[in-house]
Amino acid sequence: MVDMKLLSFRGGTHPPSKKHFTEGKAVEKAAVPPIVSIPLQQHIGAPCEAIVKPGDRVKMGQKIGQPKGFVSAPVHASVSGIVKSIQPVPSATGGQVLAVVIENDGLDTLYDSITPRDIDSLTPEELKTLILESGIVGMGGATFPTHVKLSPSPEKKIDTVILNGAECEPYLTADHRLMLEQPHEIIYGLKAIMKVLGVTKGFIGIEDNKPDAIQSMRKAAEGEGNIQIKALKTKYPQGAEKQLIEAITKRQVPSGKLPMDVGVVVNNVGTAAAIAKAIKTGIPLIERIVTVAGGAVKEPKNLLVRIGTSFKDVIEQCGGFKEEPAKVISGGPMMGLAQYTLDVPVTKGTSGILLLTHQEAEVPPVQPCIRCGKCIGVCPIHLVPLNISAFALNEDFDNAEKAHALDCIECGSCSYICPAKRPLLQSIRMAKRAIIANRKK
Amino acid sequence: MNRFTVSSSPHIRSAESVSRIMFDVVLALIPAALAAVYFFGVRVLFIIGLSVLSAVLTEALIQKLTKKPITINDWSAVVTGILLAYNLPPTAPWWLPVIGSAIAIALVKHAFGGLGQNFMNPALAARAILLAAWPVRMTSWQIPGVDTVSTATPLAILKGTEAGAAQLPSLWDAFLGNIGGCIGETSALALLIGAAYLLYRGVINWRIPFTFIGTVALLTWIFGGDGLFTGNAIMHILTGGLILGAFFMATDYPSSPVTPLGQIIMGIGCGIITSVIRLYGGYPEGVSYSILIMNIAAPLIDRYTEPRIYGEVKNNA
Repeated sequence: MVDMKLLSFRGGTHPPSKKHFTEGKAVEKAAVPPIVSIPLQQHIGAPCEAIVKPGDRVKMGQKIGQPKGFVSAPVHASVSGIVKSIQPVPSATGGQVLAVVIENDGLDTLYDSITPRDIDSLTPEELKTLILESGIVGMGGATFPTHVKLSPSPEKKIDTVILNGAECEPYLTADHRLMLEQPHEIIYGLKAIMKVLGVTKGFIGIEDNKPDAIQSMRKAAEGEGNIQIKALKTKYPQGAEKQLIEAITKRQVPSGKLPMDVGVVVNNVGTAAAIAKAIKTGIPLIERIVTVAGGAVKEPKNLLVRIGTSFKDVIEQCGGFKEEPAKVISGGPMMGLAQYTLDVPVTKGTSGILLLTHQEAEVPPVQPCIRCGKCIGVCPIHLVPLNISAFALNEDFDNAEKAHALDCIECGSCSYICPAKRPLLQSIRMAKRAIIANRKK
Repeated sequence: MNRFTVSSSPHIRSAESVSRIMFDVVLALIPAALAAVYFFGVRVLFIIGLSVLSAVLTEALIQKLTKKPITINDWSAVVTGILLAYNLPPTAPWWLPVIGSAIAIALVKHAFGGLGQNFMNPALAARAILLAAWPVRMTSWQIPGVDTVSTATPLAILKGTEAGAAQLPSLWDAFLGNIGGCIGETSALALLIGAAYLLYRGVINWRIPFTFIGTVALLTWIFGGDGLFTGNAIMHILTGGLILGAFFMATDYPSSPVTPLGQIIMGIGCGIITSVIRLYGGYPEGVSYSILIMNIAAPLIDRYTEPRIYGEVKNNA
């Protein structure tokens, strides 16, 4: 079905896309390094417990971390080889994380029980178990365990599944390339999700700065009466869950509630493709597409990287540095996390590795707020960021809470647009943390 | 050890800057200066120049004395200087802009904390003080093109305070600026060119200026004539300080509301007060006072007009 109207939301901003670095670069298989460090927590929720020990021989796709809790996801060996150690390694989300370090034997021997399946021969419950056992998590960066999203409580009537192909973060093109190169996998994964939830309405939302991806997905969706491809206005943060839901369904997720409260489940296109792969090949989530870009990298690329490969190994495959980067970011420049070391391993949520030059990452000196109100205009939640920030800086967290600080989705549009270069989001984050800490008391 | 900068996201910033915004305002005010030179003579440049110089030097001096970073390169003092000059009559003696700008910067801007902290429009507050201190100097109008022949402003004529001989100018003259009035307020054409630029650049939005002018138009049309609905609304729009005030003064960021609804209330409030003063008050012109009064109300307006947030639950328990 062709729908020419561009869907969007109110607010938002237009950071330069910078996608030219890699949007034309087909995904290449990255070389597999001699050592991989696979964190036991690569998702939001409880960490896994290692079920292998140093000296064990493991095979590719073998489960090595068992989830402890419902909101969690298992992790698997991304190579075959010998477990060297189980030790803390730097985490892309900050601090250290316990990881299984495997010495790669270079053979990629597949784990014995891995068998291809197909959607039709599996019940919804079996499909959900397969998704859980394959360690599938949200691959847009948030890494929320997918099986949890697919387990709404019975009173929540889910009628719509949306795949997020907006990819509104500058620089990143991993999803773009995926939609061009593996559109049928995405459709297959979407059908699996729809089957699990018993839903007959599926949408894929894509920003209109990727007309080739829209075309590619529409072609792949031909004959699928239940699936529609929706062109979205190119505007940041179009890919934010609530904004995407509003654009496509015109429904607003109530403050403090979840998408399932308005009958919607949202997944990333990358997650759908990972589900398709897990069903069709039986191989769990052990690799992902990573965009390597930014002005400081010699040869920007889209790479299919095994989980546990260090940033350093990935960057070496892109010719290394063109110049010493000022900032290394895991993810996109608006919401990604700055890294202090290249020893961090790629995880299920690493959508990009950005090496920004001093010029790209420059943050000019902070000036007083001139009350221009631009932050209000761009906020996709319609908050008054300048007020929340002022409350936060005065440590007046009660008023920050009254000003709806907790509704902030941390998209960074306010800090981005601010002519006085004020760290608005940073101060709002501080307020959110303080409010939540107070509630727990 | 730490080779890379680690900081909170977002990691990129827009090209927007305070100085660029202020510079845009300066650019937008240039057509009005050219019109003023054309209609009132080159001397107005001397007044504008003195006013800007006084504003910038006052800011630099205060920041030096208080050992704060000197920020005169952000163009904000230049804007204040130009706006103050635009609110003076072309006949103003040289010391009027010097004192006025010093008051605007020292008393209205820096005494309350500097950039972004002024609760009133600095140029307008200073103008009000000058008007109270030197009422005759501040209202010695000049016929365009003729030196120091005193004249009445069209608004004074509309009001009927200038009885007898005085004739209203044609609408065309009022539009071009070929009328008596303050240096920067007479040419609607020149001001609208600048206003269009500011709207295009996103420095200002439509809410305050359009509701302000719209309200004045409506009220002066209804109540401004001998009978209801006979007022000369177009003359009211084109003369006096309405266009200068609506686009360049009422939109001053720190002293006007930041919320979308608050800005509309600001515009309507300014329009009502301006109309009431013009039609029923003791002065022929009310734009300055309307803006100053609404400036004082702005924090309160902001407080009660916070936008409804995305997904806000009605009857939030």
